[in-house]
Amino acid sequence: MGESESRAAPERVPLEKVNDYTWQIPKYKPAMRVPGVIFANQALLEKMQTDRTLWQCSNVAQLPGIYKHAITLPDGHEGYGFPIGGVAATDYDNGVISPGGVGYDINCGVRLLSTTLTEAEIRPKLAPLAETIFRNVPSGLGSRRKDFTISSRDLESLVVEGVQWLINRGLGWAEDAEHCEEGGHMANANPDKVSSTAKSRGLTQIGTLGSGNHFLEIQKVDKIFNQKTAKAFGLTHEGQVTVMIHCGSRGYGHQVCSDYLRVMEHAVQKYKISLPDRELACAPGNSSEARDYIEAMACAVNYAFCNRQAIMHWVRQSFQQVYREDPEKFGLKLVYDVAHNIAKLETHNIDGIDKKVWVHRKGATRAFPPNHSAVPADYRSEGQPVLIPGSMGTSSWVLVGTQKAMELTFGSTAHGAGRMMSRSAAKRQYWGGDIKTALEKRGIVVRAASASVLAEEADPAYKNVDVVADVSDKVGIATKVARLVPIAVVKG
Amino acid sequence: MSKTEKFAGKFEFLEHTADVYIRAHGRTMAEAYENAALAMFETMTDSDKIAQTKEETVEAEAEDQYALLYNWLETLLVKFETENMLYSKFQITDWKETSEAFQIKAKIWGEPFDPKKHPQKVAVKAVTYHRMVIIQEVDRVVLEFILDI
Repeated sequence: MGESESRAAPERVPLEKVNDYTWQIPKYKPAMRVPGVIFANQALLEKMQTDRTLWQCSNVAQLPGIYKHAITLPDGHEGYGFPIGGVAATDYDNGVISPGGVGYDINCGVRLLSTTLTEAEIRPKLAPLAETIFRNVPSGLGSRRKDFTISSRDLESLVVEGVQWLINRGLGWAEDAEHCEEGGHMANANPDKVSSTAKSRGLTQIGTLGSGNHFLEIQKVDKIFNQKTAKAFGLTHEGQVTVMIHCGSRGYGHQVCSDYLRVMEHAVQKYKISLPDRELACAPGNSSEARDYIEAMACAVNYAFCNRQAIMHWVRQSFQQVYREDPEKFGLKLVYDVAHNIAKLETHNIDGIDKKVWVHRKGATRAFPPNHSAVPADYRSEGQPVLIPGSMGTSSWVLVGTQKAMELTFGSTAHGAGRMMSRSAAKRQYWGGDIKTALEKRGIVVRAASASVLAEEADPAYKNVDVVADVSDKVGIATKVARLVPIAVVKG
Repeated sequence: MSKTEKFAGKFEFLEHTADVYIRAHGRTMAEAYENAALAMFETMTDSDKIAQTKEETVEAEAEDQYALLYNWLETLLVKFETENMLYSKFQITDWKETSEAFQIKAKIWGEPFDPKKHPQKVAVKAVTYHRMVIIQEVDRVVLEFILDI
């Protein structure tokens, strides 16, 4: 291939070092309303300088009504308008809302289950378990579950009521909802604001994993860093088996984003908003365009919570089928479910005053501190669980939110590893079959719908998630609780 | 014959860290659109394994040529997701431009997705405007766009 192509930003972005893990983009252009701030180590920062990440951060700093700074997190990389791995908070009355600040995969997120099993106990059944999960949870291109279909009317209720709708129909346990961000139900969801195209895409895809970087893993607790908090989250000892589900709102959310980007393009002209990049298309928070987007986005957020809820239910069912015992016997409790792509109305203290702001988290995890009312009651003394998935075959992390995050990042931290290598480069360098063999040599069972996805998702194609978690911990915006490593991987 | 040779002159995949970056070519805008659509289905599966057994007609409409390219690809993506259809032949039959709108009609040929027959590559989440480029010269057209996956 070797296509010559300009990857670099259109201009050099100046940086001032604050400390080993913090850099500032000063207000070097008159249009910048606030500075940019980057949380990264030297190596992660240098990677960001090879594409448009920092330039995009300086663009976000120009959004009307933005507070304090445009934030890029350690896993930041170039995205659509906004960097992925970024946070921006805008004023409730005078700020803007932008679908690009949430992303195409609305409420792409992670859910973690704990079990009472140890690695040694699960080993004999690991391969049949992975196989059963692979059969029960549709994944890959065009996947759908033949025996779980819902009507258009059901879909309307599901996106309004969130995970409770599924729990009421037997897909889940009563206590699941309270261990989801927003209780698995974002308020103000209004299906009238969602297009029929989005709805028809959503109908066939509920309860499917998708493909690309989405995955389902059986893992074990590799190392506990904070005993007290880990215990509160149900992670009691090293070697304990966990299950992680990483996916989003599928075609439903993608279409909501697509539809509203178009609406916002018109809104930019209507409200005469001056932007450095068309991809930042947005509307004033108090406009009908922005309110419609928020109501449609909430539907997609709930769709994604339900998607992960249905998948979790079939994971529990898979344990039942393989062991022929009640899944409760193995724990299989929901530790937490967090969103990585979302915009939310939150109250944050800005220069000593509590203000209502629209927090855009795009490739960012909410990281609320102990004693915050949004943290589930049984975790409140510890803080909110933060779940950071690694790439295929590498570790994933459980962190906990902090007061420092409220001060520095509007209560947010990183969301994942972030790619280092293009998909085509990874495919040239690796072959899916080899990747599978290499993982299996390390004792990791692999079930994947696509060999090319295996090659594209090869571990060296990603930044090291351990470094990302490390920077978060050092900066203090979410601190380490436990590291998880996979023992079985199911991929689309 | 390598992939690169097979689609030479039609499209190629460019380097992009997270997503799929496509450059499609044509002697005319219509031909470039047809190749752009083929590239999208080649992203999802081996397009030469998609038999052209069913003929359908689709339409796309937009206010400018960037939005038209976006809508054309999105229309085909939505057909895959909602009707489970894959396509490997595209023919733009009608191209209308007025000061307010661009409209196209196309005949498309394909068959239902069958995981046993069609090797799975990666699912496309969305078409995007990111780094979208449309270059129109007298005798050639180049389109560049990124698919979110």
